Amino acid sequence: MSQLTVATGTPTPIAPTAPAAPARSGSIGQAVRDVVVLTRRNLVHVAREPLQLSDVTIQPVLFTLLFVYVLSGGVAVGGGDYKQFAIAGLISLNLTTASIGTAVGLSTDLGSGAVDRFRTLPIWRAAVLVGRSLSDLLSSLVCMSIVVLTGLAIGWRPHTSPARFAAAFAIPLLFAYALAWATACLGMVSDGPESAQGIGLVVLFPLAFVSNAMVPTAGMPAAVRAIAEWNPVSAVTAAARDLFGNPNPSATADAWPMQHPVVAAVLWSVGIVAVCAPLAVALYRRRTTD
Amino acid sequence: MDQIMIEATDLAKRYGDTQALAGVDLSVPAGTILGVLGPNGAGKSTAVRILTTLARPDAGHARVAGYDVVTQAGEVRRRIGVTAQDATVDEALTGRQNLRMVAELSGLRRGAAATRADELLERFELAGAADRVVKGYSGGMRRRLDLAASLVAHPAVLFLDEPTTGLDPTSRARMWDVVRDLVAAGTTILLTTQYLEEADALADRIVVIDHGRVVARGTAGELKAATGGHRLEVTLSAPHDGALPALAPLVEGRVDVDAGGRRLRAGVRSGSGVATEVIRALDGVGALVDDVVVHAPSLDDVFFALTGQGVS
Repeated sequence: MSQLTVATGTPTPIAPTAPAAPARSGSIGQAVRDVVVLTRRNLVHVAREPLQLSDVTIQPVLFTLLFVYVLSGGVAVGGGDYKQFAIAGLISLNLTTASIGTAVGLSTDLGSGAVDRFRTLPIWRAAVLVGRSLSDLLSSLVCMSIVVLTGLAIGWRPHTSPARFAAAFAIPLLFAYALAWATACLGMVSDGPESAQGIGLVVLFPLAFVSNAMVPTAGMPAAVRAIAEWNPVSAVTAAARDLFGNPNPSATADAWPMQHPVVAAVLWSVGIVAVCAPLAVALYRRRTTD
Repeated sequence: MDQIMIEATDLAKRYGDTQALAGVDLSVPAGTILGVLGPNGAGKSTAVRILTTLARPDAGHARVAGYDVVTQAGEVRRRIGVTAQDATVDEALTGRQNLRMVAELSGLRRGAAATRADELLERFELAGAADRVVKGYSGGMRRRLDLAASLVAHPAVLFLDEPTTGLDPTSRARMWDVVRDLVAAGTTILLTTQYLEEADALADRIVVIDHGRVVARGTAGELKAATGGHRLEVTLSAPHDGALPALAPLVEGRVDVDAGGRRLRAGVRSGSGVATEVIRALDGVGALVDDVVVHAPSLDDVFFALTGQGVS
């Protein structure tokens, strides 16, 4: 096709004098504001579509009742009844499976053009990811509170000090925050929210169940038991049981994380964030560079 | 001398096997509208993605408001507004929440962001729907909100990617008015469209893109003039054997005949006096004429002449 040039403008490069949006000099302050704005936006989404929240509202109640009344078979564990053992495990189980929400949320925003809109604005690049991780941390807090309240309603009791009770809340939440960064990576490489959810659950269900969360590891075959005792979910669960003052059969296991569950849970969580947060940012950068 | 607010040199971009852009030059002086015209898949949106820092060119470079879109993307983002093809307003938020969010992300403090949101809601006739969730908005309302969001930070350069695709004629006319007001106020606009009528109505200059290349550029008038003369369309009361020989000396090239021989179409070199001559000639052979139209070529005709295909 021959080019028909009717007339051509003579490009005159200009000095950059165009009026601009407010300067972004206070970059840290502005980055924090970007994160706050995006976190708030995610929370509005949750409020508008409460069904999105079923992972952290209905599911925890359902799992708690199912495990305690249907699946336990009346087994007494570690000197107490099953529900005294189960609640910490149910906290880990629910937080672990609900962490896929981060992948789903990010994948949805990538597909809907929301991320493109944010990217044409002069925002801190990682704000989309950090904002999502924080709004999902609040979801995790809701999720954990619901398990605890359900447990209290059916007769579960912590036997501990307020400080240790607070620590028992903090450790599973820290772990959930770490997992959110791990599934954020998944969200960056998946084709869409459905595939993110599908792949995520294939990974997260074994992670949640090959652990001491719902059954003591003592009865497991040796190889499975070794995996379970080094699984971060087991460390988090054992730490919560210990801090709540609930039966913790894992205390008798030789594996190092079972002997030091609080330290192990914190190390696992910090390690996962240290690896997955930079990775998620790098994957986000790659995904949004075309 | 006019400032050039958008300047692209030899932009190229490949996606897999598709050469989306194959060397595109653009130049838009301050305070004018460039219409980028082309069918679906011509490369219009790819050009917009590069100019708005969403995509990197494989080759060539571009400056917007004086800043390089790759190496100074942050500076570019502070000076542009973008309205995308599929309005990217947040469906779960209200109109007001959308504008406040964009304002805050553009660097406005909360109070200033709220004020700016209110101004824009008023200006785009969305004040009444401000606290409704966008999911319930009509297509026209969404586009207006999207445009309002892109204007939050008073951008010097505005990119409108098919801003009226899918809108009803009333909404389209309102959008056109808004665009004209913006340019009158000094904003530089790059507008992509599949609608020739839209480029004709709004753009100071037009670039026609096809298969990732610029196939023509100029004002609407220049493009039409370059395509050749006027078009003649005659409708007879009844088919007449003498009509074709009578028209032959007045027209250029062949005469298309359809509607059972009643409608005759051909090119004519000049529009001046031609209708009178046509009626005289046809009257001379005893053909009864219902209707004669002589019109300048539309951009549709231009596009057809340039690319060998119609638009969309």
